[in-house]
Amino acid sequence: MSDVRVTPELEAAAERAEARRGFVLSLPPYIYLVLFFALPLVLVFVYSFASRSSTGQTVLQDWNLESYRRLFSPLVLEIFVRSFLLALVTTLVCLLVSYPFAYYIATRGPRVRSVLLVLVMIPFWSNFLVRTYAWRVILGSDGLVSQVSQALGGEPIRVLFTNSAVLIGLVYGFLPFMVLPLYAAIERLDWSLVEAARDLYANGWTAFRKVTLPLSMPGVVAGSILVFIPSLGAYVTPAILGGARTVLMGDYIVSQFLAARNWPFGSALSFAIMFVMLLATVVYFRAGAKSL
Amino acid sequence: MASPAVEMVGVSKRFGDVVAVDSLDLTVEDGEFFSLLGPSGCGKTTTLRMIAGFEYPTEGNLRIHGVEMGLKPANERPVNTVFQSYALFPHMTVFDNVAFGLRMKKVAASEIETRVKRVLDQVQLSQRADARPNQLSGGMQQRVALARALVNEPEVLLLDEPLGALDLKLRQNMQYELKDLQARVGITFIYVTHDQEEALTMSDRIGVMNDGRLLQVGNAHDIYEKPESRFVADFIGDINLIEAEITGARSARLSNGVEVGIPEGHPASGSVTLALRPEQLVLGGVEVRKEGKDQLRARVTRRTYFGDVYYYDVDAGLGELLEVKEENRPDVDTFDVGADVTVSWRTESVNLVTG
Amino acid sequence: MSESTNTRGVSRILGLNAWMVYVFLYAPIALLIVFSFNDNNNVAIWTEASFRWYGEMFQNAQVMGALRNSLLVAFVSTIVSTILGTMLAIALERYRFRGRGALDGLAYLPIIIPDVTMAVMLLIFFFQAFGILGSLLGLSLTTGIPTIILAHIAFNISFVAVVVRARLAQFDNALQEVAADLYATRWATFRRVTFPLILPGVAGGALLALTLSLDDVVVTQFVSGVGSTTLPVYVFGLVRRGVTPLINAVSVVMLAASMVLVGISLGFQRGGGVGAQILADPEALREEITAGGAPHAEGATT
Repeated sequence: MSDVRVTPELEAAAERAEARRGFVLSLPPYIYLVLFFALPLVLVFVYSFASRSSTGQTVLQDWNLESYRRLFSPLVLEIFVRSFLLALVTTLVCLLVSYPFAYYIATRGPRVRSVLLVLVMIPFWSNFLVRTYAWRVILGSDGLVSQVSQALGGEPIRVLFTNSAVLIGLVYGFLPFMVLPLYAAIERLDWSLVEAARDLYANGWTAFRKVTLPLSMPGVVAGSILVFIPSLGAYVTPAILGGARTVLMGDYIVSQFLAARNWPFGSALSFAIMFVMLLATVVYFRAGAKSL
Repeated sequence: MASPAVEMVGVSKRFGDVVAVDSLDLTVEDGEFFSLLGPSGCGKTTTLRMIAGFEYPTEGNLRIHGVEMGLKPANERPVNTVFQSYALFPHMTVFDNVAFGLRMKKVAASEIETRVKRVLDQVQLSQRADARPNQLSGGMQQRVALARALVNEPEVLLLDEPLGALDLKLRQNMQYELKDLQARVGITFIYVTHDQEEALTMSDRIGVMNDGRLLQVGNAHDIYEKPESRFVADFIGDINLIEAEITGARSARLSNGVEVGIPEGHPASGSVTLALRPEQLVLGGVEVRKEGKDQLRARVTRRTYFGDVYYYDVDAGLGELLEVKEENRPDVDTFDVGADVTVSWRTESVNLVTG
Repeated sequence: MSESTNTRGVSRILGLNAWMVYVFLYAPIALLIVFSFNDNNNVAIWTEASFRWYGEMFQNAQVMGALRNSLLVAFVSTIVSTILGTMLAIALERYRFRGRGALDGLAYLPIIIPDVTMAVMLLIFFFQAFGILGSLLGLSLTTGIPTIILAHIAFNISFVAVVVRARLAQFDNALQEVAADLYATRWATFRRVTFPLILPGVAGGALLALTLSLDDVVVTQFVSGVGSTTLPVYVFGLVRRGVTPLINAVSVVMLAASMVLVGISLGFQRGGGVGAQILADPEALREEITAGGAPHAEGATT
């Protein structure tokens, strides 16, 4: 019986065969994603440099930076700033409401905790459009809020079609995005550290400020990014609850493709907003994800 | 004579730049209980995995009962493994877990039934054949893992620290059971552990490994009483390692100037290390001169009481303290801390170690 | 996690806050359900209970047509994206091959990208593709159900992959080795060990894909054509024109459907549901969240 000498090459060959198997398995989804995702993305980029004919057709000649220049026009900047501020306020409100809420859940017993979490998830899993529409009913001039104020002897209030309405809608939609990372971070906390602080004469508030809060920062960062990013590009919520005066990025982009028929400009806008979001995501991965 | 169960010739395993196993030459005889003993990271688990087929050797030959198997995939080798974590299939019953290998080999259903039942009897789990792994205790899970491997009647059974997760009492019981089981079924067992007590009590032979190399192979006596290297001497049990200069064929001088006897079989001159186990040293009063024993004067620096034995740390002017173990018996003297004593040993007890 | 770190008073306030949040979360839904049974044209003024609007809904051809389209699209896109997403997850999690890093990044992009951008991307893509196919092969293609299906698959692959990957990460690799040790071939190991154990993940991913597809508004709006609208897009159009009680009824039906899906999903994952299991592992949680544990919010989740 011959002595087969095992050499490093044979071992490497086995590894390569394994890698090939993985590659083949990944091929169908890979191809699909390249064709229907990467390629469209490249097209948007290309289109953003194209020009627009007088009839609204996109002309793939006369490549220019016109669309990008327009990004910095006052109108666009105003819309962007408005969207940015709205997203910021949404994030802050979510944070202020969610932190005590998440803290409460995290400090219950394990069974209660699961139930409470499921209760948060249920509306979160139900249809987004419907949930946002419900607010339209409540905030209308003959909606519930108005009826309550009238019953109290005041004027009929219409909250609908204002920035506040959009804010409420966004907070409502994204609250669980903030609650769950916060919960995860608080639940992981080493409570013996808080007790150590108390042992060293700190009172409840100080212990919270100096121990609990800093240690739950990863959750705060994660939740904030998870609320901020989608809020920035929101379309459906402002469309349903917002008014003509409060144009936000999402609607502005959509209108370039439907009404205004300026595809190059719309592409540039889409690309710009995607860029901002990718930036924010990178911040998230650097700051929050490491510790989470 | 049956060919050896496992033969490894010049086997090395490299992961990139890291050498996990370095030029191993190992022979495991048919039907023996062989243990691979060593600290974490010494390469014993990697060696086991190469025998099982989960890793391929980078170099060298691996033969199982004479048949070259180095590059055969795991599912074509006549060996079975008991994992440290048991790795029971959580979605299958005990019966289905144990029957898995037989089903893969397309054994007839009726035969599967018989064999599985028999093996479950052997490990005393017949009652739980329909249970799921998560309903069983750790000890029971371990027995399922064992049954699942044994039912296939492998040529070699590999065990990777199977008792690590059990508590002390259970572990000790299982050690006896495994030893009995192996004797009964006659299959070659290769057992990987970092626990020297396990290795010493269960094995026919032990291979001590460190840093990817096989340092010494022998039965429990050889390993314990005749360690060949510093590492083996130090790793197994407690040891006193004393430096000395060779002064003759059978003598050497210690650092405190005293000349003592050493066994033959060493270079003509140079430094040498004497290895003596604590129980091979005897304490006596300063007036006592024991015949046929080498002797040093020392002072007791610490005494620890363990109930059945006393451990003494004594300072004999050698730089490092010597450790002496004395039984707690009426006929054995005890000495207080600070007392002047003599430390004696028989010259035949001395081992010379290298490395 | 001891009660002793909170004083009673603080605990009470927190509890109160928590209950208020729950009311905030559930009140709009409850109101919607109640008013859908309202026998009055004016949405917010209660007259009497009736099934009137449900009856109207089922007789409305447009609503029914949109519903049928939604179901068709959801069904087909879920099946395809679940298969492709599972393949992707296994390839990324289990194997190392050239181009894996790039694929990994590419696989996450659809999750991060705002749905508006996704809609724009696909609109331009189809427009351009139809143009080229038209001039090369003389085909005249338009957007419609097939393009909606293709679009939904495009973003759902990643979501399915993330869920399945989370499940795979929990998988004990020793089980695969044990199966091989017990003479199983690669395929037998997959069929009898790996797949049964990742099935909850695959099912979870499929349910996620189904919900995302049924909910999608913007992307569908951009890539649908005449006569190929889906239910959410149709409702969206109605809502922008004004509130009618019919929409309430449709909404409640949609709500009930998603509740049923949630129920199935929770039932499928034993022991606490998708939520509890994933929340135990914050890493998986983060992925699940960015994946669309909130499937119907907009922006980052398409």
